[in-house]
Amino acid sequence: MAKEIKIKVKNLYKIFGPHPKQAMQLLEQGLDKDEIFKKTETTVGVRDASFDIYTGEIFVIMGLSGSGKSTIVRMLNRLIEPTAGQVFIDDEDIISMSNDHLVKMRRKKMSMVFQSFALMPHMNVLQNAAFGLEMDGIDKQTREARALQALEQVGLDAMAKSMPNELSGGMQQRVGLARGLAVDPDILLMDEAFSALDPLIRTEMQDELLKLQEKSKRTIVFISHDLDEAMRIGDRIAIMEGGSVVQVGTPEEILQNPADDYVQAFFRGVDPTNILSAGDIAVNSQVTIPITDGKNPRAGLQRLIKNDRDYAYVVDTNRVFKGIVSTDSLLKMLDRDDQPHVIPNAYLQGVKTANTNDSLQDILPEVASHPWPLPILNDKGEYLGAISKNLFLRTLYRGHADELPAELLDEQPETEPLKDGVV
Amino acid sequence: MRLFNFEEQLIPLDEWIQTFVDWLVLNYREFFQIIKVPVEVSLDGLEWLFFTLPPWLIIAVIAFAAWRYAGKQVTVFTVLTFLLIGYLGLWEHTMTTLAMVITSVLFCAVAGIPLGIMSGRSDRFEMILRPFLDAMQTTPAFVYLIPVVMLFSIGTVSGILATIVFALPPIIRLTSLGIRQVHPELIEAAIAFGATPGQVLRKVQFPLALPSVMAGLNQTIMMALSMVVIAALIGAGGLGNPVVQGLNTLEIGLATIGGLSIVLLAMVLDRITQGLAKK
Repeated sequence: MAKEIKIKVKNLYKIFGPHPKQAMQLLEQGLDKDEIFKKTETTVGVRDASFDIYTGEIFVIMGLSGSGKSTIVRMLNRLIEPTAGQVFIDDEDIISMSNDHLVKMRRKKMSMVFQSFALMPHMNVLQNAAFGLEMDGIDKQTREARALQALEQVGLDAMAKSMPNELSGGMQQRVGLARGLAVDPDILLMDEAFSALDPLIRTEMQDELLKLQEKSKRTIVFISHDLDEAMRIGDRIAIMEGGSVVQVGTPEEILQNPADDYVQAFFRGVDPTNILSAGDIAVNSQVTIPITDGKNPRAGLQRLIKNDRDYAYVVDTNRVFKGIVSTDSLLKMLDRDDQPHVIPNAYLQGVKTANTNDSLQDILPEVASHPWPLPILNDKGEYLGAISKNLFLRTLYRGHADELPAELLDEQPETEPLKDGVV
Repeated sequence: MRLFNFEEQLIPLDEWIQTFVDWLVLNYREFFQIIKVPVEVSLDGLEWLFFTLPPWLIIAVIAFAAWRYAGKQVTVFTVLTFLLIGYLGLWEHTMTTLAMVITSVLFCAVAGIPLGIMSGRSDRFEMILRPFLDAMQTTPAFVYLIPVVMLFSIGTVSGILATIVFALPPIIRLTSLGIRQVHPELIEAAIAFGATPGQVLRKVQFPLALPSVMAGLNQTIMMALSMVVIAALIGAGGLGNPVVQGLNTLEIGLATIGGLSIVLLAMVLDRITQGLAKK
């Protein structure tokens, strides 16, 4: 499926303070944020940010406070005017857009959910949910019906007549979400939307958002400083540091190949077994024996010995996984004369397989309980690679390579990690 | 050391002002007389209303407002106050004062709320406006009474104009404060949902500033009442009259019942408008 670009951000800059032009020049000369602030008392909020956001994805912009993530999201709907650069939404240039057009865009196409909820204290829940529609001049009956529908989606229709201050934080943010959903926008901007909630409620809200996203795909730009959150809900993540976008990619990509120490430091506390799936780390470095050679177990044995491996993975012509043989099982089978000397008779007992989408946590018992690397198959049963104990440990130690026992480092994968569908 | 020679007046500002006011009076008196007209019309209307309606009905209406907005105690207090005023023989003076206060507060609100909104939304405007408000509140009323009389002639309307000058600042200040106190996040949220500046004002800023505006209105009413006696000095009617008359003829009793009525009336209006502000 070709990915359609919904939002395109191109060389976007935001400079706060008295001398934006001067600061831009200093930036060109390669000075960093602190030096520029010292010289001009001008703060570089966002620096040369470029990325694309695809239709229907949850795009998380992550960074510590002061990294410019909230500024970026506000430039998408021009709550903050960029100093330089371009933002396109559906190929329309937001920055050069007339005021009327911009207002229309904000009313129909994009809505926003705020960290502080920002509910109107003088309006009840229903009126708050209907706020965007009211701004759009939609009549009372229609807008309240639509607002009620949005409240239903977040499970708050029963509270329609309550005032915001009568609700808990989690409920208030549901109202905030309903207000965003009521206008039925293509794009939902969520600025640290769940950060003010306590952890349990936060997880609940994340699940809620994912559920809503399953029902009707919107393009969601989610700002977060919480990596776990980013990993849980993000289809792709942009990591920001000091106003610059340092890396953009899927959680797996970033976890596997952090662009720099900053990104890596971010991930140090993350438990990779939650994020990575079997397919992300499986390597196709084991010996495979096509079953067509099944009639000639000796050839297979030769390959094992030649490659200095103990186990071989038997596949058919379509690479569908059949079983595992070892040098021992092949030799034993060849010793016995009471059955034909074919490879299936040498299959090891108790072999289990795992799917590429299984999480590392799921496969841990299998990896740990057998001496052979766990074969990883795709949905069609095709063999993609295997995960050995060493490989598993190396993944856990990612980011701490210096602490890794030396013997774990020898076994380098011969091929790149496999993705689903790649053979 | 001529720089610090303060023996003789170097800047004859007093003469300049004198000349300026004389010039205004000579050339623009008619213009100022026209300014009076709207004030005159509303005052006459209210006075006519208060003198035409039977006192029991007026008491009933005010008592209802007290009961509605300020509770039972204030209602009882209101009824007793107006009965006492009636028995003291000051009913007509009180009605005139009430008409004066309502007229001046009306004009204060009409001018003050928009000015307050503007100054709440613009730092620059507030900066320009502030010294004027300071001057209006601190200039002793006696200073501007004479020019007011010269331009607008003697009478109740002139009294109201002087009252407006004095009572206008609080509603401007508190409206501005109310607008400024609205959380920036709420304004940001409104804009994010496509609110125009006018919508931000009507749907978010003003409704949220309303308690503060009402507090300003309450203060304006109190200030207006405190001007009643001074207004009487330039010929305004109302409860200031017995006070001024009492002072002139050393009738202490007369001055006291006038003063007492002003205080009681102030308390009634204060409690009712405070209740209104809380609703």
